[in-house]
Amino acid sequence: MGSRSSWYQQGIRHGLPIGLGYLAVSFSFGLMAAKALTVGEAVMMSALNLTSAGQFSALQLILAGSGYWELALSQLIINLRYCLMSFTLSQKLDPRTPMAHRMLMAFGNTDEVFALSAAAEEPLSPYYVYGMMSMAIPGWVLGTLLGAAAGSVLPASVLSALGIALYAMFCAIVIPPAAQSPTLLVVVILSMAASLLFSALPLLAQISEGMRVILLTVLLSAAAAYFRPIREEKP
Amino acid sequence: MKGNIYVYILIMAAVTYLIRVLPLTLVRRRITSPFIRSFLYYVPYVTLTVMTFPAILSATDSPWSAVAGFVTAMVMSFRGKGLILTSIVSCAVVFLTELILLP
Repeated sequence: MGSRSSWYQQGIRHGLPIGLGYLAVSFSFGLMAAKALTVGEAVMMSALNLTSAGQFSALQLILAGSGYWELALSQLIINLRYCLMSFTLSQKLDPRTPMAHRMLMAFGNTDEVFALSAAAEEPLSPYYVYGMMSMAIPGWVLGTLLGAAAGSVLPASVLSALGIALYAMFCAIVIPPAAQSPTLLVVVILSMAASLLFSALPLLAQISEGMRVILLTVLLSAAAAYFRPIREEKP
Repeated sequence: MKGNIYVYILIMAAVTYLIRVLPLTLVRRRITSPFIRSFLYYVPYVTLTVMTFPAILSATDSPWSAVAGFVTAMVMSFRGKGLILTSIVSCAVVFLTELILLP
């Protein structure tokens, strides 16, 4: 267990690829948002929400002039996966972690920050999460600003290359432990196969990306937990 | 656009934050069930894999550069090269592949 500042620095290091990936994604969000919102409004939306799927779908609804309830409901469904993620993190924290830390961490609990936090050693240090947040949030907000204000600041080739940063990092999180554990390797391969099926098969492909993630996560993790429960000394 | 844009943004932000904050603040007890603990152990790996694949194949401007980046990331991950190095080298491979493929 490290000190607060070493956890924070570790979070900054791990947050760098997250921030770069977010820059690329939010750049395209900014481009799209500029059709409906002012630059300030687009930046405000990104700074307060930190959710790619949610923000993209909200743009469509706002452009279509939908009601407030419809917007609220769509955000609830698309972002419901964060509920599972926050629940998972609550189990990784020291139970004595103060309320203020929990409330601050919750704000930055994006898919990527969650995934790294969940894979970190237990008990989870809030400072690790803050380190990642201090890279991820500026990346997300700055990308939105650049996309909305100046669509062509970065050359397309650089944006395209940045687009893979996040995913490459995900591989680097998942693969090393899976290479050590045959069970985990099978779970990873099954997850890839299931995800491919869900994105390719006619009816299943209608399910939105956010829903697919939550559905497959629940189904496959429950199956893995049922057939291959972990031993407690190595959680 | 019918509604007020600031109301839209605040509603979104409130709903999203509530989803994130309630489980973290309300659930403070340790859950001891082996099933739930095993379930939570598997969650990040499944989530990450599902988020990565097949999305990684369309993350760049060309499927070929994406495949090149994906293979790079997998090889480096299997060799335990670490998060940041894997990420940066994969970006570079995508950039170079597109430099060669896309005139």
